[in-house]
Amino acid sequence: MNIFVCVKQVPDTETKVIPNGDATFIETSSIKWIMNPYDEFAVEQALLVKAANADSTVTVVRVGGVKDTESLRTAMAMGADDSILVEAEDNLDSYSTAKALKGAIEKSGKTADLILCGKQAIDDDCLQVPQILATMLELPSVSVVVGFEQSGDTITAKREVEGGAIEIYELKTPCVLAANKGLNTPRYASLPGIMKAKRKPMQQLSLGDVGVTPDDRRVVYSGFTLPPEKPAGKTFDAMDEATQAGVVAEVVGLLRTEAKII
Amino acid sequence: MANILIFSELNKGSIKPVTLEILGKLNGQNAEIAVFGDLADEQVKVLAENGAAKVHKLKGDKVDQYSPEGYANALHSFISTQSYDYVFTGATSMAKDLFPRLATKFDAGMASDCVNFLFEGDTFSGTRPLFAGKCLAKVNLQGPKPHFVTVRPNALGMPDSATAGAGAASDANVEVGEIRAAIKEIIASASEKLDLTEANIIVSGGRAMKSEENFSIINQMADVIGATVGASRAAVDSGFAKPSMQVGQTGKTVAPSLYIACGISGAIQHLAGMRTSKVIVAINTDPDAPIFTKADYGIVGDLFKIVPIMTEEFKKILS
Repeated sequence: MNIFVCVKQVPDTETKVIPNGDATFIETSSIKWIMNPYDEFAVEQALLVKAANADSTVTVVRVGGVKDTESLRTAMAMGADDSILVEAEDNLDSYSTAKALKGAIEKSGKTADLILCGKQAIDDDCLQVPQILATMLELPSVSVVVGFEQSGDTITAKREVEGGAIEIYELKTPCVLAANKGLNTPRYASLPGIMKAKRKPMQQLSLGDVGVTPDDRRVVYSGFTLPPEKPAGKTFDAMDEATQAGVVAEVVGLLRTEAKII
Repeated sequence: MANILIFSELNKGSIKPVTLEILGKLNGQNAEIAVFGDLADEQVKVLAENGAAKVHKLKGDKVDQYSPEGYANALHSFISTQSYDYVFTGATSMAKDLFPRLATKFDAGMASDCVNFLFEGDTFSGTRPLFAGKCLAKVNLQGPKPHFVTVRPNALGMPDSATAGAGAASDANVEVGEIRAAIKEIIASASEKLDLTEANIIVSGGRAMKSEENFSIINQMADVIGATVGASRAAVDSGFAKPSMQVGQTGKTVAPSLYIACGISGAIQHLAGMRTSKVIVAINTDPDAPIFTKADYGIVGDLFKIVPIMTEEFKKILS
């Protein structure tokens, strides 16, 4: 099987976000970049599928800045065979990103049997790219996938919806699946894996190479601001057992009289 | 005046509350509603009172159950017969899956999960959180129309008053086309409670819960006040809670009226996911825990002592 995994490189979750000078994005100069956490589940699933299907390859595709290519190296250290990097600004919109991924997959010369993505990137939180990509490629797809079973060309995918309910889908390859936490447990890259990854091929393309132009931008951001800080709240000490009942009664009372919530 | 369609998902035959939030905010525009299947007259009346000019009931084979391709095809065919500038919906599980597909059928752009918006003339301008709410940005759309927008439930709030619309209801036939990814089975959630993203009250437990069994004290409090139960990443990664319960940058971003954090220290990625909650109560033994910087009411104390007392207090005032 020809398996493709789409990954994004995002600021680490511990990052303190600061708007940049013209407020069109965030300050990226001192950011630690990581592979989008949901994409790790997609990489792991691709490797599991590869192991279960003889003569399979896993190609990782990323659209974004080229200063740091850590996430592609990580995916290859985990076991992916090769990678494609499409150079783009870090705040490309979902439509352009999906179109670039489509272009890169088509340009690889391989026909995709399975395309895996993370369900959403934790930077812009759009939750759009996998569904746009599937629609552009006219492939069936399931998003927010927490369970995967394969039998020949039939895939059973569990999709998590509101309140933890599960929709079970059946579909045929080729298809696009978007992984959620819970799908699997991503492996750590081994030391030999990390050494090998350095020699695995990484093809670099421009947006122009994959048919994306500035006219493809659909979403424009401006005015990045930090959310207003809340005024300091009230803190009560209830470490001492004698004060606990009184403190709790006071807080519950405040929820009714001051906050008017309960 | 912009021409706008609001697609409303139905929950047991009722429109989602977020539909009324959007409708209220759109007062002054020409706003129409579309639903799949039938809608009771009283529901149509509520929509009209809140400003809906028309209510379109989309009917056809296989519209009674969601399918990504089927719903995208059906809505695409209906919208293509109209001339909408914008298509809105609430950012529910279904809409998050459906709307990017639908927008792409029009080669159009989409603004996800807006928490506010306004119209400058006929042009939409939205506000949406990025980085799980660590920052906010203005979002504008360009390219082919209609443009698509999803709105986070509970963010706009219910309208105080609205100019009523005509609310003329009519049926439209739609075709779902070929469905290659179909739902074979649905496993209902064990809980009857609202999803975290829609919940009005959330009680969350963190690493200090120490075990899955200990979540029972959280569940008891949640039952008393009608809350949905959440968890921190630490609690999920330790196996105390299911991944679907996780609040934070790698889980769900929530904005309830009341958020009670029990034994959660407040990692930056957790705070990002719950900081827009209207009122935050934090219970933690560490007076320096970052969660207290976001709390309206902080209780420095042992959650295993405090939570049961609080449950009893809630029972008292709610009885």
